[in-house]
Amino acid sequence: MRIGVFICKCGTNIAATVDTEAVARKALEYPDVVYATDYMYTCSEPGQDEIQQAIEEHDLQGVVVAACSPRMHEVTFRRAVEKAGLNRYMFEQANIREHCSWISKDTEANTRKAIDLVRMSVEKLRFNHPLFSSQVPINKRVLVIGGGISGIQAALDCAEGGLDVVMVERESTIGGKMAKLDKTFPTIDCSACILGPKMVDVAQHENIHLYAYSEIESVSGYMGNFKVDIRKKATYVDWDACTGCGLCTEKCPAKKSFDGFNEGLDTTTAINISFPQAIPKRAKIDPKYCWYLTKEKCKICQKICPVDAIRFDMKDETVVEEVGAIIVATGFDLVDHSVYGEYGGGHYPDVITGLQFERLVSASGPYEGHIIRPSDGKEPKNIVFIACVGSRDPSIGRPYCSGICCMYIAKQAILARDHIPDSNCYVFYIDIRAPGKNYEEFVRRAQEDYGVQYIRGRVGKIYPQGEHLIVQGIDTLLGIQVEVEADLVVLATGVAASVGAKELAEKLRISYDEYGFYMESHPKLRPVETNTAGVFLAGVCQGPKDIPASVAQGSAAAAKTQILFSRDTIETDPQIAKVNERMCIGCGKCIDVCPFGSIQWKTLRDGSQKAEVLDTVCQGCGLCNATCPPKAIQLQHCTDDQILAEIEVLCAGERHG
Amino acid sequence: MALLNSLRMPRDCDESFIRQVETKSRQQISKCYQCGNCSASCAYTYVYDYPVNQIMRLIQLGQKEVVLRSRSIWLCADCQACTTRCPCNIDIARVMETLRFLSVEEGTVSIKDIQLFYDEFLNSVKTFGRVFETGLLATYNLKAKKLFTDIDLAPKVLKKGKLPIIPHRIRGRKKVSDIFKRFEDYRNKKILD
Repeated sequence: MRIGVFICKCGTNIAATVDTEAVARKALEYPDVVYATDYMYTCSEPGQDEIQQAIEEHDLQGVVVAACSPRMHEVTFRRAVEKAGLNRYMFEQANIREHCSWISKDTEANTRKAIDLVRMSVEKLRFNHPLFSSQVPINKRVLVIGGGISGIQAALDCAEGGLDVVMVERESTIGGKMAKLDKTFPTIDCSACILGPKMVDVAQHENIHLYAYSEIESVSGYMGNFKVDIRKKATYVDWDACTGCGLCTEKCPAKKSFDGFNEGLDTTTAINISFPQAIPKRAKIDPKYCWYLTKEKCKICQKICPVDAIRFDMKDETVVEEVGAIIVATGFDLVDHSVYGEYGGGHYPDVITGLQFERLVSASGPYEGHIIRPSDGKEPKNIVFIACVGSRDPSIGRPYCSGICCMYIAKQAILARDHIPDSNCYVFYIDIRAPGKNYEEFVRRAQEDYGVQYIRGRVGKIYPQGEHLIVQGIDTLLGIQVEVEADLVVLATGVAASVGAKELAEKLRISYDEYGFYMESHPKLRPVETNTAGVFLAGVCQGPKDIPASVAQGSAAAAKTQILFSRDTIETDPQIAKVNERMCIGCGKCIDVCPFGSIQWKTLRDGSQKAEVLDTVCQGCGLCNATCPPKAIQLQHCTDDQILAEIEVLCAGERHG
Repeated sequence: MALLNSLRMPRDCDESFIRQVETKSRQQISKCYQCGNCSASCAYTYVYDYPVNQIMRLIQLGQKEVVLRSRSIWLCADCQACTTRCPCNIDIARVMETLRFLSVEEGTVSIKDIQLFYDEFLNSVKTFGRVFETGLLATYNLKAKKLFTDIDLAPKVLKKGKLPIIPHRIRGRKKVSDIFKRFEDYRNKKILD
């Protein structure tokens, strides 16, 4: 084999701490290497030209580039060698930047390590052979997980583009957190009025199939051909028959059921419809509170239902959907503020969360839009809002800014002043973060036009005194302690990853950060892609953001799906496992360890059982390769021979310096 | 300086004071977002009890007593640097002036004889059409019972001709004194009303 080696200086990223010229000189001594050089920016157009020229002039059969991480530019260089007529898999990239030059300032040691890395890559390349991908058709259906505003936007954009959309929502209605909001900042337009029509569109769009009250059970397959098991949770109501008339909810005697939609501010009936604009508007029974399901007596709903829709014997049911792409829009939950003992730890009824305040002030909420204290139903005159509860607080493991609280408390204070003009509203804040369009102006309006008293400083404690709650904080601008005799305290509870986010991530094989937010493929340049091809992100599941940003990301994810589906087929990655049938002993260990279910039995004509890899399902992880006792199953492009060859030159290689 | 350690809201917040300052100064105090540029630009912060941004903050919190008793409002030279630099276009110097008026009205002037100086200064202007320094110095020192204050400066300024024995006569003295008369009529009328 005739090999060319190209050492990239990456400006000074590599050249500052690696003697690239020495590495190139050394590479010329290796077997099969006929050409070696260093270059300022190998990934640049002239850099790639140089590789292509060298392939032609020196009749190269394989190329090693020592540069950055293959994550960065492997695709770039593969394309470059392919253009010059080589098979794209006759290329190896040695990472002498992230793994070498950036780590230490010791030029001598770095150079030594770079030489070793290049040596190993050359040795691996000597055992490479051309690989060829095949084409598989794309299933042009898309699964949207989560029916909040971001998922709704993504689903509608996909459906409008002519795609078949499957939407899965955990709750019994779509709408997500936005459906619970009263008004939205910075325009104070009614949340239900702008969200409602979109929810109806989802319900009525012929291209969208909605599974509400359902969860993702498992996901298999790969980009273009995913298979998804969806568990439809038992609602105990036949939704095909139910008309959403609500008679059952009027008569149900189990009136102490937890009302999740109203954030626990109120109780509801065991059989209930979340809210009047619910989509789908269907009743469901909460089995924890239903008298019949817990005590085997009652059945009033069954008697009253005019369409005989009640099914007490209903069980969870699993359906299988096949899709080509998945948009994850699972949203968020609020930080649990009970960790703040100084704010009552959740024990004071008149210390509520931001989302509870939304239900309090909403006309569809439990108090029909009248701001009253949950404890005694009195109208509060002094309302305190506390920012950064569960945000920017490393002591509880949440150092990040939730990004929306500054704005929503400004809005809530405005609403409070609007509803109760003779009330005093106080906002304790650390900083005001209002970077969106018209946001800063909105916060100023709260202070200038609505007379909301902003106090820069945190609240140290809240304690009850008579009918009031004494909020003890500080005005750091004056350096004085400020106590407010509050009637109602609203905690601007921060954003946390959705409950179950990590479990879903594992099913989807996407990464998440330490807080449970899903990781995008690149923080700047690939904000909606994940590291699993064909899985896209939208909304707060990726990190805190407001409604406009969530909607934008929903549309972006839909656009990415459309791009993927603009082709009829996709190329498979040939860097997968392959079985040498003559060596296979049919032990089946590979089948056991494969996390993707991509290995199956195959019966030969002589009746013997051998393992067989499903090319399109295999992800090339190599577990089978490591497990196989006779080494019959080999990961193409990363065979045992190649790994051993690398180790051999590393161990036997001459030591420098 | 009245020392302020803690506040109880809304009890300690004098809303009417905020309205009063806003009406008289024609400035909206809630516009101040406490960037501190006024204090950063102020030439006299080193002698103030509260830097001017804190004066603004204290008004926002309705701290009438503290603000009107502060030394800062009297040590302000009305140089207008704060007004010039304020990003929210608040005429802070005018607010400070309003506070001086209110402090006089409320009888909470914190610096001894400062009102006397202001009164004598204006008397001098009223009489001579402009300030007559020698006369002002003499009457102020006499009334404030500190005859020999700044007497050491006299030889120096005398030599430079800065302490004339006879006041400068300017044209239109009558017009200046008419201004005072109009103001007094206006004030008396207001009191009667």
